[in-house]
Amino acid sequence: MTSPDAHVVIVGAGHAGGTLAALLRQYGYAGPVTLVGEEPIPPYQRPPLSKAWLKGEADAESLALKPLEFYAENRIDFRPSVRAERIDRDRKALVLSDGTTLAYDILVLATGARAIRLPIPGADLEGILELRTAADAEALKAALGPGRTMAVVGGGYIGLEAAASARALGAEAIVLEREPRILARVAGEVLSNFFRTLHEGHGVRFLTGASVTGFRGEGGKVTGVELADGRVIDCDLALVGVGAVPNQELAQAAGLAVDRGVVVDLEARTSDPSIFAIGDVTLRPMPIYGRDFRMESVPNALEQAKQAACAITGRPAPAGETPWQWSDQYDIKLQIAGYNFDSDQTLVRGDPASGRFAIFHLKGDQVQAVEAINSPPEFMMGRQLIGSRRPVDKQRLADPSVSMKEVAAA
Amino acid sequence: MAKITFIQHDGTEHVHEGKTGLSVMEVAVKNNVPGIDADCGGACACATCHVYVDAAWLGKTGEKTAMEESMLDFAEGVEPNSRLSCQIKVSDALDGLVVRLPESQH
Repeated sequence: MTSPDAHVVIVGAGHAGGTLAALLRQYGYAGPVTLVGEEPIPPYQRPPLSKAWLKGEADAESLALKPLEFYAENRIDFRPSVRAERIDRDRKALVLSDGTTLAYDILVLATGARAIRLPIPGADLEGILELRTAADAEALKAALGPGRTMAVVGGGYIGLEAAASARALGAEAIVLEREPRILARVAGEVLSNFFRTLHEGHGVRFLTGASVTGFRGEGGKVTGVELADGRVIDCDLALVGVGAVPNQELAQAAGLAVDRGVVVDLEARTSDPSIFAIGDVTLRPMPIYGRDFRMESVPNALEQAKQAACAITGRPAPAGETPWQWSDQYDIKLQIAGYNFDSDQTLVRGDPASGRFAIFHLKGDQVQAVEAINSPPEFMMGRQLIGSRRPVDKQRLADPSVSMKEVAAA
Repeated sequence: MAKITFIQHDGTEHVHEGKTGLSVMEVAVKNNVPGIDADCGGACACATCHVYVDAAWLGKTGEKTAMEESMLDFAEGVEPNSRLSCQIKVSDALDGLVVRLPESQH
């Protein structure tokens, strides 16, 4: 339990950091809270940037987690447009890029992850974009429009969502994927094939096994993407979505335990008891899989914000949650529960051609993960089965005429 | 605009003005009302903005979509007056709306 006037300093005003600041007040914490962010605006939701916002169906106000005045009204000292440069753990102080030093009692690192940049010729040409921040999304939206061609480097979820939005805005989209199939890193073959067919039906083109070796430009502006086989794909803009790396340098330089992310426990505490870390930057334990890993998802950011808020305010730790995430593309809602670790069988429930089906990944008779396409029952029940580790009857699970409630009750 | 009363499971009341066009969930979240998590931010993907609509208002809050119905079917503690608050749009007709919050959204 923290002393009632301890200064909580949160570094990173993203979804995790913003949620933690609000939860501390919700949980009755009355001490000083400072929220430091690199971006010029208060915390906002990133998921709509590639979806509803890009298509013009959501505005900046609806993206904001809280209105700007919330922070002052709740005595949260929100400091935008400033970077944390260094942690002085001996003095319990945080040095900022504007020259100020903040003394902390509790420090929370919510520094997130950043897009990987390709170290290839032409990568700094104008028109080569990434999509992590609201500013990135503004640049992308400004570059899109009828008659424009967007090359998407990397067939992951961000690239696919942006491609779907680009089509809605009347632009052409061509996805360049190094692997033999899209979503190779994050989904199985059935889902990869489903999404490729879906996007092709909306006019998106794909080149798989396409290794990008450079960008061509004219007058400092991108005009094409060069592939290893010598082909050049013409484009007006290129969106690079090839993964992200954790912003862990601050923690690393301060000597905190770091390993593919800032190492934390289930209270979100780092190797220094006065320092927590939450969100995309962390490598955290996931007891249902008996392993530690790093997630890039809103639900994880929210869960860890709750863990830290409970630990800081002396509340009992929240119950463990089953990780999940979602994606919207065209009229398809994808909901994923769990992560596909150690599975030995894949089972498809329903017919992919119907646009409504679910893919279950099993280890023996336990569900490890489920990918549900327009199928809330499979997602909701699958998530419960992953969390409970209860064995399932695979034959009944594979039979869509047996309801998910009956499957779970068996 | 509509005045909306959120009643937490422990009986604590929170009254907030909601702007037309926002969802009831957004009004709660932007005012930091405890008890509405809204993990997915309104995508109807998570069922963590579950509320019980006061009987007098049930007719005015609109019909559930198949998606909402299906998500609610698997949420905890669902009653006939259960709704996902991200799917209820604020309008002048909802001035005075009262919703109660479940004990937990997870």
